[in-house]
Amino acid sequence: MFDDLRDLYQEVIFDHNRNPRNFHVMEDADRKVEGFNPLCGDRLTLFLKLDGDKITDASFQGSGCAISTASVSLMTEIVKGKTESEAEDLFQKFHQMTTGKEEEVNLEAIGKLAVLAGVREYPARVKCATLAWHTLDAALKNEQESISTE
Amino acid sequence: MTTFPIEKIRADFPILQEKIRNKPLVYLDNAASCQKPQQVIDSIVHLYSHEYANVHRGVHALSVKATDRYEGAREKVKDFINAQSTKEIVFVRGATEAINLIAQTFGKTNIKAGDEILITAMEHHSNIVPWQMLCKETGAILKVAPINLQGELVYAELEKLITDKTKLIAVVHMSNALGTINPVKKIIAAAKARNIAVLLDGAQAIPHMPVDVQALGCDFYVFSGHKLYAPSGIGVMYGKQALLEAMPPYQGGGDMIRKVTFAETEYNVLPYKFEAGTPSIADVVGLGAAIDYLNVIGMDNVAAYEAELLAYATEKAKQIKGLRLIGEAQEKGAILSFVLDKIHPHDIGTMLDSLGIAIRAGHHCAMPVMDFFEVPATARASFAMYNTKDEIDVLINGIEDLIKIFG
Repeated sequence: MFDDLRDLYQEVIFDHNRNPRNFHVMEDADRKVEGFNPLCGDRLTLFLKLDGDKITDASFQGSGCAISTASVSLMTEIVKGKTESEAEDLFQKFHQMTTGKEEEVNLEAIGKLAVLAGVREYPARVKCATLAWHTLDAALKNEQESISTE
Repeated sequence: MTTFPIEKIRADFPILQEKIRNKPLVYLDNAASCQKPQQVIDSIVHLYSHEYANVHRGVHALSVKATDRYEGAREKVKDFINAQSTKEIVFVRGATEAINLIAQTFGKTNIKAGDEILITAMEHHSNIVPWQMLCKETGAILKVAPINLQGELVYAELEKLITDKTKLIAVVHMSNALGTINPVKKIIAAAKARNIAVLLDGAQAIPHMPVDVQALGCDFYVFSGHKLYAPSGIGVMYGKQALLEAMPPYQGGGDMIRKVTFAETEYNVLPYKFEAGTPSIADVVGLGAAIDYLNVIGMDNVAAYEAELLAYATEKAKQIKGLRLIGEAQEKGAILSFVLDKIHPHDIGTMLDSLGIAIRAGHHCAMPVMDFFEVPATARASFAMYNTKDEIDVLINGIEDLIKIFG
């Protein structure tokens, strides 16, 4: 049943969808940015706590599909303790993994996030996976109150 | 329904033989666009192979032939919706262009600052945005009649919103997001009593039921070919002749003129006044072929067969735990919009796709409807005359299986 989808919907994704990590409002957040994917209606609010250029805490609220929820859940886990430039670097790698050609992707470099590599085969779902990262990008650049992927 | 020739119909649609992800295609995205029968495909191939040239221009044999085919299709459309005259049938790209045309010509001429345009809360974006644009340009006001939790228009509220400032009521005949069929006769009667023009957006209704514009009494009726088993890129704006005569042209160019000098231009007669430039000739011919095809089956038979499909699908869907139907109007066409507890429509769409089932997941170009039901999106299975109860079983089993996986 749904064997063809095992690359896309790995168990880790179901797990993060059922029990999203860091899923709460952060009252004392330094950055708060909303991400919205109007095509699917995925909507999330990302909260960051910063110490200098270091991300000391990350959390989110919102609702979306399993791919977007797992993606933002995993992202909040992995960026904690990273510097802004390290997080930006991860964003670039993640972007490359989900949209780029296979040979260019170094899955080891992004650890756990590799479970989302499967979206590459589903162009309609790539934006579900990248919404979280575009939102993080906007939060780090502190440019906008809300961002949208279309 | 033993008389409905479902096997023959299915055999006429070559794409239904396709395998999707190694499984037989179950195509349930008909509200987005319908598949085409071989007869429609052949009509286009035949035109381009044997009868193609530009229309309304040449004295040569092929141009005459192509013009005959093109105008013949207009005749078929006229009969299909029972318009009074082919002068009332204008070919456009689709329902969207038709509404924009009406907004920019009828609207700009007849609707002034302070006037009101009345729509409903279940409109497709294509019957919202052109009016918002017109309101911005003219200072007119857009009013919206509400819907209830069944997804039905609250008719009494619509009636209350009609004032002596109301210049146009633009209503969807059948909702693409909910399946609701609106009480358009009642709306038209109320409008006529106050001399208000009525536009019906028939994009969704036209493939599912017989439509008689004279019996309805609407001023405008618009639809797209691609939802009527015809090619994409072609659609129809029906308008009452007297209204069309009084409207200024939409686009300027060839074919819509009678005489051009640098000083002035005399416009062509109806319907050519609204058909500037070389039209989508082959697509019009394809639309004619689709209408021929449907006439053999009979729209009454289509409606009866699809009502049976919808009743079957609704009953099965209601048995699924955690499934909530969005749109349960008493008068409803063959559309099943739903959400599942804790499973996002896009996940449903991808899961079903892996089983060869094509549905739509999203806001269906009706974001205000999503807001009303407080859902980000819905999954929508929309049926056509070539669908079967077996396919509905495949859908229902697929939904039950994916619920287990997400558990």
